[in-house]
Amino acid sequence: MTTSTPVKEASPPAAPGPAPLRRPRRRRAAVALLFVLPALLLLGALVVYPVLFSVGRSLFDASGTRFVGGDNYTEMFRDPATLKAIRNTAIWVVVAPTLLTGLGLILAVLVEKVRWATAFKLLLFMPMAVSFLAAGIIFRLAYDHDPDKGVLNAAVTGVHDAFAGTSSYPGARARDGRDGALVEEADGSYRTGAGVSPGDTVALGLVGVGPDDLPSGAKAAYGAAGRDAADDEVRGVVYLDFTPGGGGEQGRVDRSESGLPEMTVEAVRDGRTVASTTTGDDGSFRFAGLADGSYTVRLPASNFAPPYEGVSWLGPALVTPAIIGAYLWIWTGFAMVLIGAGLSSLPRDALEAARMDGANEWQIFRRITVPLLAPVLTVVFITLVINVMKVFDLVYIIAPGPVQEDATVLATQMWLVSFGGGNNQGLGSALGVLLLLLVVPAMVFNVRRFKRSQR
Amino acid sequence: MNAVRRYLGNGIVQAFLVLVGLVWMTPLAGLFLSSLRSAEDTAKGGWWTALASPGQLSLDNYSALLGNSGITRAFWNTVLISVPTTVLVVVVGALAGYAFAWLDFPGREPVFLVVVALLVVPVQIGLLPVAKLFGQLGLFGTIPGVVLFHVAYGLPFAVFLLRNYFAEMPKEMLEAARMDGGDEWRIFTRLVLPVGKPAIASLAIFQFLWVWNDMLVALLFADSSSQPLTVELQSQIRQFGSNIDVLAPGAFLSLVVPVVVFFAFQRHFVQGVMAGSVK
Repeated sequence: MTTSTPVKEASPPAAPGPAPLRRPRRRRAAVALLFVLPALLLLGALVVYPVLFSVGRSLFDASGTRFVGGDNYTEMFRDPATLKAIRNTAIWVVVAPTLLTGLGLILAVLVEKVRWATAFKLLLFMPMAVSFLAAGIIFRLAYDHDPDKGVLNAAVTGVHDAFAGTSSYPGARARDGRDGALVEEADGSYRTGAGVSPGDTVALGLVGVGPDDLPSGAKAAYGAAGRDAADDEVRGVVYLDFTPGGGGEQGRVDRSESGLPEMTVEAVRDGRTVASTTTGDDGSFRFAGLADGSYTVRLPASNFAPPYEGVSWLGPALVTPAIIGAYLWIWTGFAMVLIGAGLSSLPRDALEAARMDGANEWQIFRRITVPLLAPVLTVVFITLVINVMKVFDLVYIIAPGPVQEDATVLATQMWLVSFGGGNNQGLGSALGVLLLLLVVPAMVFNVRRFKRSQR
Repeated sequence: MNAVRRYLGNGIVQAFLVLVGLVWMTPLAGLFLSSLRSAEDTAKGGWWTALASPGQLSLDNYSALLGNSGITRAFWNTVLISVPTTVLVVVVGALAGYAFAWLDFPGREPVFLVVVALLVVPVQIGLLPVAKLFGQLGLFGTIPGVVLFHVAYGLPFAVFLLRNYFAEMPKEMLEAARMDGGDEWRIFTRLVLPVGKPAIASLAIFQFLWVWNDMLVALLFADSSSQPLTVELQSQIRQFGSNIDVLAPGAFLSLVVPVVVFFAFQRHFVQGVMAGSVK
């Protein structure tokens, strides 16, 4: 199949064939124009004219009546909202294409090594067919702050609680207004009001734990509360000072009252924690081997801390990385498939020769694969940069109302300024022109690449 | 020894890729399961709880969705926007692609370079001027307006792709057809279009998915009676998933068509996307 300059070969002087069959040149040009006219009209009216119009409009003020020259362009870098959009777009353009190209390269190399490569590629490529809107809804849901809704925070809190342990009794407190055993400290911990000496037994009553919140293994504290302490130890129970079904006496361990298991208890002397333990199923604890003296028994604040609430993915700080994450889900397959296509066209001999020479996989990857793939990686990277600059839907959908201004990028800002209440079409046009200027290098790249392919 | 290491290494690679695959499936699985759960269940716990108690799952949300006239009309609007756009882009693009490849007219090469340059023009720059233009022409807020805008911004890629594909046709084939006295229209319909089928298929699928999935263009150019599914769903998004029982099945409905198209024509789609890189 001939690929050589069809543009030139088709031109009339070179066209062979008997003269009578050739139609007059002007007639043929007229036919050709009929073929291109619909496309040229549409492109002219809806693409080329708007570009020129926007450039002109960007030089006028919000209402379009007063010529302001470059004011809209300087305003862009002064107005905090548009400046934020420019900064965020810069973050997007640096981070997303780099991560995508890297991830695509790694996956493209690895997937070659398994037999189910095709299935894997299809799975990763599929999000390309999903709209940004649907992806936006999916990730809004995934990033939901409530661990009972958002799968990411469910995972994060799950992992956190597995390692850091849960604080068991977020609502527990001592009874108010009693000169009882426990005093609340400023940091939220509780300590015994009076000094405790070795040989003493203490009963630390708390309330504010619902019957459903009691651990399932909790046992009655009555037995443990009656046990005597040896001379060198302090014993005690932490119990729920509440008798189910009523009755019972406040401040006393009644028969049916439950112990509070898994509570951290500390023995403190002169402000220093000298021993620490956790309560058993019946709420009992015991500090053995204590020297004589006066101690306080303390229930540290960690027992009562509110539960860990996970990461605020869509808060102001993380919203942009979070949306980039959703973008990765959509585009990684694209990068992988394109790089994979480049990979399969690499000369096998070079790789085999290197293997024979004893190079390991990493050396081959680093010294041979990547350099040979450089042109493909460039094309992928540039394609991604162009697309990332124009990202709109994902940011518009995922960022919740209050953090929209933290997540805003050029395309969303242009929308907000022009149509979404800003109603400053001068500044909006300038932002549109800025978007266009940013893709001009890609434009030049495309035109050059095309011209080269025609030579 | 080496074989053992390679075997182990391969095991790690497989495990890693399985993990990546699971991560990639989770968002869609989550959306799907969410779409099958009632609002009450959603308020109580995440979609993953349905894995343990499948009794939560039912098609109630979907039957409610079909009874929701806003959603069903938006769905048909999406069809009425994407199908004509695809047909028009293919027809207009193929006509121009053929002319740029094989017909002679003044200014052909510079004009084609302009088309190549237009490949990367962002739609954003067209929004405001075209909105004004359509306002004067009475096209603003109508389906034909949305279609025309999409066609115009799909054309550079269509013309570029088809011109390059047609240009690869053997010159002798066309010469022979011309010699037999076929006029250009006959050559175009009887020879060029059939030969160009693979490229046209890639283009059509790519274009269809692009328009089906669009939200930005329709957000501006469609009014409430002509808006597609994406815009309708977008308008229903409220604070943090309070109406997931509408959004999740709606989003699933909107993505089921493109995903089916993707799996049915995956090779064409991948080719279209690859040809369109640097778009």
